Amino acid sequence: MSAPPPAAAPDTVLRLSGITKRFGSLVANDGISLTLARGEVLALLGENGAGKSTLMSILFGHYVADAGSIEAFGRPLPPGQPRAALAAGIGMVHQHFTLADNLSVLDNVLLGSEPLWQPFSRRSAARARLLEVAQRFGLPVVPDARVGDLSVGERQRVEILKALYRGARILILDEPTAVLTPQESEALFATLGQMVAEGLAIIFISHKLGEVLRVSQRVAVLRQGRLVAQAPAHGTTQAQLAQWMVGHAVERAERRPARQVGAAVCTVDDVHTGGGRDALHGVHLTLRAGEITAIAGVSGNGQGALADVLCGVRMPVQGQVMLRGQPLPAHPQRLVAQGVARIPEDRHAVGVVGDLPVWENAVSERLGSRWFSHPWFTAGWIKRGRARQHARRVAETFDVRGGGPDVPARSLSGGNMQKLILGRALMSPEPASPDTPRLIVAHQPTWGLDVGAVRFVQQQLIDARDAGAAVLLISDDLDEVLQLGDRVAVMHGGHLTEALPTQAWTREAIGLAMAGGIPGAAGAGQGLGAAGTEPARDMS
Amino acid sequence: MRLEKRHRTSAAAYVAAPVGAVAFTLLVSALLVLWAGAPVGRTYALLAQGAFGSVFALTETLTRATPLILTGLAAAVAFRARLFNIGAEGQLYAGAIAAVAVGGMHGGTDLEWSPWVLFPLMLLAAALAGAALLLGPALMKARLGVDEVVTTLLLNFVMLLLVSALLDGPMKDPLALGWPQSVALQGELELSRLVTGSRLHTGLLIAVGLAMLLWALLARTVPGFDIRAAGANPRAAAFAGVPVTRTVVLVALLSGGLAGLAGAIEVAGRTGYVTLDMSPGYGYSGIVIAMLAGLHPLGVVVAGIFVAGVLVGADSMSRAVGVPTYIADVIVATSLIAVLVAGLLAQYRVRWK
Repeated sequence: MSAPPPAAAPDTVLRLSGITKRFGSLVANDGISLTLARGEVLALLGENGAGKSTLMSILFGHYVADAGSIEAFGRPLPPGQPRAALAAGIGMVHQHFTLADNLSVLDNVLLGSEPLWQPFSRRSAARARLLEVAQRFGLPVVPDARVGDLSVGERQRVEILKALYRGARILILDEPTAVLTPQESEALFATLGQMVAEGLAIIFISHKLGEVLRVSQRVAVLRQGRLVAQAPAHGTTQAQLAQWMVGHAVERAERRPARQVGAAVCTVDDVHTGGGRDALHGVHLTLRAGEITAIAGVSGNGQGALADVLCGVRMPVQGQVMLRGQPLPAHPQRLVAQGVARIPEDRHAVGVVGDLPVWENAVSERLGSRWFSHPWFTAGWIKRGRARQHARRVAETFDVRGGGPDVPARSLSGGNMQKLILGRALMSPEPASPDTPRLIVAHQPTWGLDVGAVRFVQQQLIDARDAGAAVLLISDDLDEVLQLGDRVAVMHGGHLTEALPTQAWTREAIGLAMAGGIPGAAGAGQGLGAAGTEPARDMS
Repeated sequence: MRLEKRHRTSAAAYVAAPVGAVAFTLLVSALLVLWAGAPVGRTYALLAQGAFGSVFALTETLTRATPLILTGLAAAVAFRARLFNIGAEGQLYAGAIAAVAVGGMHGGTDLEWSPWVLFPLMLLAAALAGAALLLGPALMKARLGVDEVVTTLLLNFVMLLLVSALLDGPMKDPLALGWPQSVALQGELELSRLVTGSRLHTGLLIAVGLAMLLWALLARTVPGFDIRAAGANPRAAAFAGVPVTRTVVLVALLSGGLAGLAGAIEVAGRTGYVTLDMSPGYGYSGIVIAMLAGLHPLGVVVAGIFVAGVLVGADSMSRAVGVPTYIADVIVATSLIAVLVAGLLAQYRVRWK
């Protein structure tokens, strides 16, 4: 893992030539050629499934390309060897961190970098080197801190340091801002500047158009496995990038203010939950008919617990949730029967049972214990014809594509899976009496979706609101919160600020509240004073 | 060498996988047969003949298959729900003991119940005994996260020792000249013969009927959906409203009950009393059979007959050509590994380099 010698050609550090990769009939990468220069940030942009991950996996040696070659610092990179990629100075920071929570920062950095047969680790030398690297790139860390105690932004810093410590000269960052507050993202962008000034080359993978244009010098856009455009970031517009990404002009979901805000549908009153980091500590919230209430915040601050409580899969240890004047039933299927539509955060792990066919997933929420007179089952016996028919209707109405009602749900793409979940939640089992849901709980409903699917999902939420549903939208994506929310509240450390009209917030105020500060717009955020029960974990 | 997930598994792969697995198994076993110095073709022919070649062979195979189908079903339903019940062997003995306790212990007392009452009562007791033995591990898994593989496996030995104690104590047959064997079941509770002059009994019909019932339950009913969903993805199942803990308990009752019935039916159909060697590992073979069948209840019937056929066929083959009967264990074990690998290869492609 010695640092590679300076490249003969001064500027180009990485050259991908004609990379092609097929999975069966699917061409994931189709003759992609790219170069990366020293001191450059190249943004790699593309929808889910455009081939970004495949390309990076080939670069990193996890996959072997069917055709094409890679050259790093003027030397060919042997295919299929992650070790060779590391030795050539290529480092990757994954979106999902690969850190051991119970080890210190130093241990995490050293993990796997020392030979097995060396009996004792050379810790003092390693510590000095780590601190030196940290200083050089402006990534301050405490080597002896336990990773489990660090904030998300700090963990990301450790991930980056891990790569730099191993002599990475080319750094791949996979959706690095997905888990950061706006302020943390700013700090990351400053660090990126310092790193390229030190001569590193960076590939920045993202689908957020704004930040792509901010941090990169050059943008490469992938679509359906092909490199469809390359352009300098300067002088390129977001609209243009979006058009390259999707292949046609993109309109955003229409932002309309709430027309008619009705009565309170659901009230959350002083709700506490158990369960560590993600617990709620005294949350108050009122959801009104005909209104979208959006909750911003860095994920892992209690959003999961709030969604779980409202979806009937977790009971509060204190406090009460009322649905139209009645206590919220503590069972998912009774909840659904009362008109609660639920869209969970993790569609693969929670939304669908991937091994079961699409049609079973389309009816799963309503296969209840009511033993008689249900359109889909009698005395526990499933009426497969009717259930399939409903699944087909869901697929038609919500444009779920990918193989019909009998393929396993796992085989659907992310967008189609989300449409299936949306259709299951929003469509009434009786075609004759299409009652709209009264309450929609949508947790990260557009996460990881392509632009078209994002627009579809958002439009569905807006339409349901206009039809009189109370909508709770929980999202990491501040743009989405501001675009869709009629009112916005911010979550941090299990506390929720008051839900104020969207116009009353500034981005800065939201960012501050996300980091646990007093919201500038409100001044009197709900329960934020009690944040001292947990150690402060913000990094700014 | 690396494995890459196939984009989509082709229909041809689904057919090729089991065929390839069988071919591979026969090939590997042929090498051992050659090593033993026997002609491969004749050995296989004798094996097939000994298993299915005559009415007698066929009845012997089906007799052997009866408990194997039941323990296979027990494993299949449990594994579908990711409840890894390794304790079918102990549950089988629990069922056998319960059957004799209900159907053999009141000889000489005033109790005169009609077999029409006693027989169902005997089966019910056996099923309940097997189910009770699995209920503890299942509840500990659901509530406390205790690994059921360990608890069910260890309970097998507890159960065997308990049976041993009973056979030397309260259930000892006074007429057995000191052999550790239980009192015999009442004659009228024994299952009738399906083919006269053979050992094949109506337990086979019960086993096949239960396989069909179990298939219908799993594929066509709401509780069956709950079992499949809770096994495939408990978090998603709970989100959709499946009562996951209740489902695990239901599966434990089903699985333990089926294994318990295997014991009762062995006693009522074949042995007539309980001994410590009445099961040559039927509970463990059930796991192999369930895996061979891809956890499909109707597949379990086929796999059970296949395994029974290999075991019975090997017995008669070894008498003729002198290949040890252990070849049967090799064939069964190799076929399991081959089927599992073939299933993997149907989903993944191997890339060299």
